[in-house]
Formats: sequence, C-alpha cells, structure tokens
Amino acid sequence: MTKHDVVIIGAGGVGCAVARELSRYNLNIIVLEKECDAAGGISGRNSAVVHAGFNNAPGSLMAKLCVEGNRGFEALCRELDIPYKKTGKLLVAFDETDMNALQEIMQQGIRNGCEGLRLVDADEMEKLAPGIGGIGGMYSPETAVFDPFLYCIALAENALENGVTFHFNSEVVAIEHDMIEEHGEEHSDDRFVVKTAEGGAYACRFLINCAGLSSGNISEMAGGPAYQIYPCRGEYFILDKVAEELLPMPVYPAPRKGIGGLGVHLTPTTAGNIIIGPSAEYISQIDDLSTTRPVMDELFAKAKALMPALERKYIIGSYAGIRPKLAPPEEGGYRDFIIQEEADCPGLINLIGIESPGLTASVPIARMVRGIIGERMPLEEKKDFVAKRKGPIRFRDLSEEEQAELIREDSEFGEIICRCQKVTKREIRNAIENPFGARSISAIKYRAWATTGRCNGGYCLTRIVDMLVNEYGVKPEEITYRSTGSELFSGKVK
Amino acid sequence: MSETKNRTNEYETRGVVHETCDVLVVGAGPGGLAAAKSARDAGAEHVLLIERDDRAGGILNQCIHDGFGIVRYRKQLTGPEYALRAEQEAEASGIELLTGCHVLRIDAQDERERAHTHVHARTHTSARAYVVTAVSADGLKQIEAGAVVIATGCRERTRGAIAIPGSRPAGVFTAGVTQNFVNIRNIMPGKKVVIFGSGDVGMIMARRLSLEGAKVEAVIEIFPQPAGLSRNVSQCLYDYQIPIFCSHTVSKIIGKKRLEAVEISELDESMQPIKGTERLIACDTLVLSVGLIPENEVAQTAGIKLDARTNGMITDEYLQTNVPGIFACGNARRIMDLADFVSEQGELAGRNAVAYLNGTEMGEWDEARTSSMAKGFPEEGVVTCTLCPTGCQVRYNEVLGEYEGNKCKRGAVFAEQERVDPRRILTTTVKVTGGKLLPVRSAEPVSKQKLPQLVQELSKITVELSVKCGDIVAEIQDGEKTVAIVATADCSL
Repeated sequence: MTKHDVVIIGAGGVGCAVARELSRYNLNIIVLEKECDAAGGISGRNSAVVHAGFNNAPGSLMAKLCVEGNRGFEALCRELDIPYKKTGKLLVAFDETDMNALQEIMQQGIRNGCEGLRLVDADEMEKLAPGIGGIGGMYSPETAVFDPFLYCIALAENALENGVTFHFNSEVVAIEHDMIEEHGEEHSDDRFVVKTAEGGAYACRFLINCAGLSSGNISEMAGGPAYQIYPCRGEYFILDKVAEELLPMPVYPAPRKGIGGLGVHLTPTTAGNIIIGPSAEYISQIDDLSTTRPVMDELFAKAKALMPALERKYIIGSYAGIRPKLAPPEEGGYRDFIIQEEADCPGLINLIGIESPGLTASVPIARMVRGIIGERMPLEEKKDFVAKRKGPIRFRDLSEEEQAELIREDSEFGEIICRCQKVTKREIRNAIENPFGARSISAIKYRAWATTGRCNGGYCLTRIVDMLVNEYGVKPEEITYRSTGSELFSGKVK
Repeated sequence: MSETKNRTNEYETRGVVHETCDVLVVGAGPGGLAAAKSARDAGAEHVLLIERDDRAGGILNQCIHDGFGIVRYRKQLTGPEYALRAEQEAEASGIELLTGCHVLRIDAQDERERAHTHVHARTHTSARAYVVTAVSADGLKQIEAGAVVIATGCRERTRGAIAIPGSRPAGVFTAGVTQNFVNIRNIMPGKKVVIFGSGDVGMIMARRLSLEGAKVEAVIEIFPQPAGLSRNVSQCLYDYQIPIFCSHTVSKIIGKKRLEAVEISELDESMQPIKGTERLIACDTLVLSVGLIPENEVAQTAGIKLDARTNGMITDEYLQTNVPGIFACGNARRIMDLADFVSEQGELAGRNAVAYLNGTEMGEWDEARTSSMAKGFPEEGVVTCTLCPTGCQVRYNEVLGEYEGNKCKRGAVFAEQERVDPRRILTTTVKVTGGKLLPVRSAEPVSKQKLPQLVQELSKITVELSVKCGDIVAEIQDGEKTVAIVATADCSL
C-alpha cells in the first residue's frame, strides 16, 4: 500500500486539471485511471468546443465556471502548447420562435458575463459563415475550438513533470475507511484506502472523485451519497478536412427546450475536420458507445439543414460520447454541477454531473477543489513548479524552411508515416516514447494525430505497427487499440 | 543554364534540395513504372519516378496470388513477379527511381510563362513548368519538371466512410491492410473472420486467411451478385466452402474492446435493412472490401479537376488533365480491373507526356479497352476455369461430347482435370532468415484438397537468404509427386 495526500479518480479533463492545479503545492498526489491513457472516457468524445457560457442558467456553477474557464483558456493552451483556435460561434434561427429563443439566450449570456454576444441578420451571417441556412442568428465571438485529447494529455504531462503519479489501467473496485495502525505508525490523517482491480491499494486523506460516468458509484463506494447518473449518449460524425472551405466556426441551431444537449451542430476542429453531432439519447449502460443507424440518418439530415452544401462523401468516421447527466430523462435539460466535500464523508470531494461545459470549466473546477482542500489543510506552494509545457513538434504546421532544417537535423522528419495528416516517423517516435509509457495505438493516435484521416489508418497503421514490433520489441499480439482486451492481432502468421 | 543555376542557389538558401527533370512520375505502382519507362523510351532524357514506399511495385507487392500478366506478358504471374518485371523494364530504360520520397505538392511555375510554354509547346523550355515539393530522409526537395504523370493509385473505402453502425472495437480492418499485415508483415489479424464486400480483394483475403488457419465464417455482399470475378468466387470461396450472403449488409458492429460479433441483415430492393432478418455471427475480425477510391491528394494540390462521384482525375482522351502537361493513369484516374490495363494506360500517359513536351501528336486511350471477364456467381452446372482472370464458364455438351464456353483450349483441359482431380497453383509465403516473409508459388498445380496442409508444412520452413525471384526454395510432396516451391520475389538481408 502506498500513502498519499490526495487520490484523484479519473484522468479526464477534470481529473487532469485537478492533478495539475494541485501539483502547484507540496502534496503527494496519485491519479488512478481505468483506461490506458488520459482522455480515455467522455473527455475524448465530445464537440471539442470552448464554450462562452451563455447556455447555462444564471447563478449556476456551470455558468460561472464556464465563463471563467473561457477567459483563461487561450492563455492556458499557450502555456501547455496545444492547439486552440478562437473561431467564434453562430447560433442559427430558422423561424421567429428560434429568434425569440436567441433573444433569451443572449440575455442569459449577458447576465452570465459573456462578452460580445450580438444578434446578426441573414446578411451578416452569410459573411461570418457563408452557405449556412437560417433567417438570422446570434454570434458569440469568444467561443473557440481546441484539441480535447491533447488538452488532457498536456495537463497530465505537466502534472507528471510537477511530481504527480499516474496509474493507468487501474480501475477502482473498492474504497475502505478507517485506517488502522500499520507498522506501529498511526495514520490518523488517512481516511480512505482505494483499491484497484489490479491489486493496488492507495491510502489518502483526500479522495477526489472525477470519475465522470462512474462518479455516482465511486461516491457510494467511498461512503458518500449514491448519486444517480443518467447516461445520455451523443453520436457524432467526423468529416474530412473540408472546414477551411465550408465552416469557419461552430454553427449551432437555436436552443430548444427539453433536450438533453445543445442540439445537433457543426464544429470545425483544430485539425480542419468538421464534426457533426451530437444526438441526445438516454441509455441504460454507461459504456454503450455504439452508433445507430436511425440516429446517424437523423444527424446527417439535421446538419444538412444547417449547411446545405454538406455531402455524405465527406464522412470519414463516427463515434459516440456519453454525458454523465444528473437530470433524469423525464426532466431533461441540465442540472448544475455538484462540486463539494461531502459533509457526512469528510475528505471525499465529489465532482458529479460534470457534463458540458465541463472541459471549458475544468480549470476553474480544479481551483474550486484546491479551495476546498485549502480550507482543511495549509497548502504550501512549490517553489519549483513548472507551469509551461513544451508540446511535440508538428511537422505539418511548419514552414518549408523549418521542415528542411528539421530533416537535416533528424532524417526521420523526412519519412512520412501518416499520409493523410502528414505525420513523420520522428513524431510517431515522440508519441511512442511518451512519458506515461502508453503504447496503445490510441495513445499514438491522439499524440501524433496519425490514423485520424480519411484512410482511417490504412496507410500508417502498418508502419506504426512495424515500428512497435521491430524497434520497440512489442509482440504483435500485445499491441492494443486502447486498453487491455482491445488487442489488434492474434499473433504472427508463421 | 545560368537561370537554372540562379534558381538552384535560391533553393539552397532556403535549405531545399533542388533538382530538375523532364518528366516526373508520381507513384511507382504498375502505372507509374510503365509511364516512366515509356517516357524514357519516347526520348525524355531525365525521367524521375518518385515512390513513397521503400520499394517500387506499389500494392502488387502484397498481392502474392496469381492472375497478373495474362494480357501484357501472356503469362500467369503473381503480383510480386509482375512488379519485379515492370520495375526491371523501367530501370533498364534508364529512369531514375527515388523511393522513400513523399510528394506533398505540385505547383505551377509562373502562370504567364506556363501559359506561353503550353500554347506553343516549345521543344526546349528553359524554365520547367512544374515544381514538385517532396520530402524524404535526404531532405525537403523541390523538383522542377517539364511534364508530370500522376499515378498515385487508390485507397480503400473504410468503415468510417460507409458508416457501419455499432461500437468501435479493435479487429475491424480493410482488406488491403489485412493483406499487408498477413503477406508482408507476418501478422495475423484474427482467427474467426467475417468479410464484408465481395470485391476481388475481399475474396482473395477469404482464401488467404483460410489457408493461414483462420475460420472465415461468411462473406457479406449488399448486391444480389458477388462484386468480383467468377474465378474468385470459385477458387476463393467455393474451394474453401465459405458461405456468401448476397443482398445482405453488416448492420451492426458489436464488441466493447475487441470485436465480438457482427449483426447482418437482409436488404430490400431499395438497399434498406429488412427488420426481423437480423442475425449475429460471432467473430473476432471484420475485413472490409467495400470499394476503392482514387487517391488524389497530390492531384488536388495542382488544381486538377476530380470527378465529384468517383474522386478520379478527369482527363481528355490523351489522359491529360485540365492542367496542361499533367497526365493521369491507372486507379488514380479510374478504378481498373486488371493491373495489365493499368500498365498499358501508364505507358500511354508517359508517351503523351513526352509528346506534350515535344509538341508532337499524342495517342488516344481506348476507353473500351477492357477484357470480358466473368463476374459474379458462376453459372449453374459449369466449371469456372481459374487459369486466368477471364474465368471461362466451361460446360460439357453431352450431345457433342465436348466442352464448350471456353475461350482457349486450356479451358477444356482444366474442366476435365477439375472433374477427375481438381488442382490449383499454390501461392503463399515462407519465412526467411531474419523473420521477414518471402512470397512463393508452386511450380505446377497441386491437389486442391491438400492446399491447407501444404501451406501449414511450408509455414515451418525457414529459407536462407539471399533469394532471387524464380529460385527453388523448397520441395513439397503432393501425393506421389514432388513439386518445387519457387520464390516470386527477390529477397536479401
């Protein structure tokens, strides 16, 4: 058993932000994550938008933390050296009811402290986002897009550099109370022993529940309230890199009451793809990430209404995410985030119902957690905290002169491994040699952005596998797509 | 000359490697190899052939089965044998082959100069019309070329593109990727396989995976007939008792981490799944053979117009694109049935590129240049001759006492042999020292029934290097007969 001041359960956006925030202080921190990498759950399955904060009820934590998160996001992305693009966002009205809804949401946004919101007529809309349908809209200049995978990875790497321990493939299966004496020492400060399926045991004073869809179970396991989480699935399509021609900014429909999300929208990604989605469908299992034919058809039809130029041939993939909602199906809409130390379970800090805009709000959420801990014990700032992280080189984003220079320094920059995204061998190597030792294809994918293009890895997968087998000594049957159980191959042919 | 020198200096200041050539060919598959050779043969002095893989041959290298070369060489060759021949011919003609080099972009030089050059088709142009930007381990290159042939081939349609519903587990591969892993990289994707799509690659992989010990549960095809050649229905599916479900689709992919099953459904006439016809097939691997798409990212950088439906480059009858001096051939232009025709088309594109430079007359491509190959299900009660891709449907006429339906004499011999003792050419791989795989074939047909056993026996041997294509690397016992196993590629340490 190891002893820690803080155990964080979950390495999604919130868990990683909490880990990084707390790594500013002299604390012994460990993060336990059941997946093989950061962003393995819902943080990697969303629209990748930095929200402005007008969607949420005034006075709610959601509204407050989202607006706060939005204001700091660009600087944070610069500090962490990850892609961010302040695109602005357009909400589109198709009729007068929609226009009234936009009026309302703009007023709500203004009360929440969002800046620059304004209504636009069809002419201005045509200038902002040519080819988008509708009679008018609302423009939000502060909305942005980012890379949620690299966001979580960067936070985690920075936390690691500042002394946080990460254990992946570590699913929490039990949480015990009341530390007994061990080796004659008394650990009166320790309140929990967290046990994982792999046999790990981690004693801690503070247990921070960032477990997303499993946060209800974790709370109950730890002796806290049994929150009911309602999984609400959202399906997405991902389109080829046509954003530059077709979509300069996220385009959403005017909000309609009662649905569990923001409505099917179109979002450009930082890499230039377009995402369509999400649907909103309450489901019974927290891990049913299936896409379904009726929803896929509906998604496309709704997106086509927003953008008539859309064509099915642009589709290169689909995925689904699941919102960890506190609002039950019969209620719909949103319930506010729960972020609190449980009164009847001291030391358990629950973060429950962190759905959208959870990623935007993740750093303010982390600061709230730090505030809670700070009230219980004095927090001493580290003198050697390193705030800046240097992200890996992205060959495709460099000028020709810089590319030529890189190849001269390291000839592996001259070998293109992923043809769709122009990822070089050196970048794949950097991804394979990540500080967490994550060797899954998904770990390489999200770090180097290989396999994400229109050929779905048809070209680069063989070459990445070659590197893993021949240069890193990984056996073919050991290569996984994600965590253990997702092995890609049965073994050698002969 | 001094102009060129100035430009070289300009490139060098930017750290860019500068080269020039008369005709530049992108892609060294069968189309590109033939284009480069014919450009050289037609008198182009410096022909540069650029290939992103570490060797020429393109996708032929992983097509270890036979069925290539009937039209062009009047011989039944495997993919690697065909590739080697095409490469040797190209090299003998004096072209320069640059492998491990990835073309990023093609730009036109100064627009005015270019227009002038092309309208008058000057014999010698001091400034070459196009600049091709490419990267390789040697550096970032910018190569000036007078004319360009784009032979970039195709890529496979993916699960993402056809949007199969369900989860996203490991174990879903396209047929070409599967072929690459199995035949080149010695990696087996799984043991219980369903194949979606009955194109030729799909059926060939059904056979290949069966021979290597996997159980192929079914082939699923959305159309009422198999998409590929009757020859392959016969020799890849029927030979191995692999069921094919036509007018069916994979309606759902099931499995949390690794694929656990696929749900298939029957399709109605409007290609919609019929409710109530769903059934599950347990499997760990789904191989997709659902179509090929011309690979035209490089073409697009040059402003070449693509067909909105097929994604192929649009050309005139001379294989010239809308950008004068840039020619297209092979699968990048339109998906073709036979590598032989890709080579023929490449040959014409290369020749026309030189004619363009010289201002001489170009040749026309005959769009009707295809061969009649039997496709879909073989007819009832016939023998499908599998000796070549034509797949003649041979029937015994009892009244006349002879075989009919065969286009050549060999069809009758095959049909007779099929009646008494069916035999097949065996194509597989063997290990070589160092762990790589070498593609091989049997020197003569072997007993059909013994194919799986012979593949298993050959899996146990390791061949000493180096080996040349055509070398006998092993002998196997087919009943009384000793049959030589021949390397179908060169292989050295």
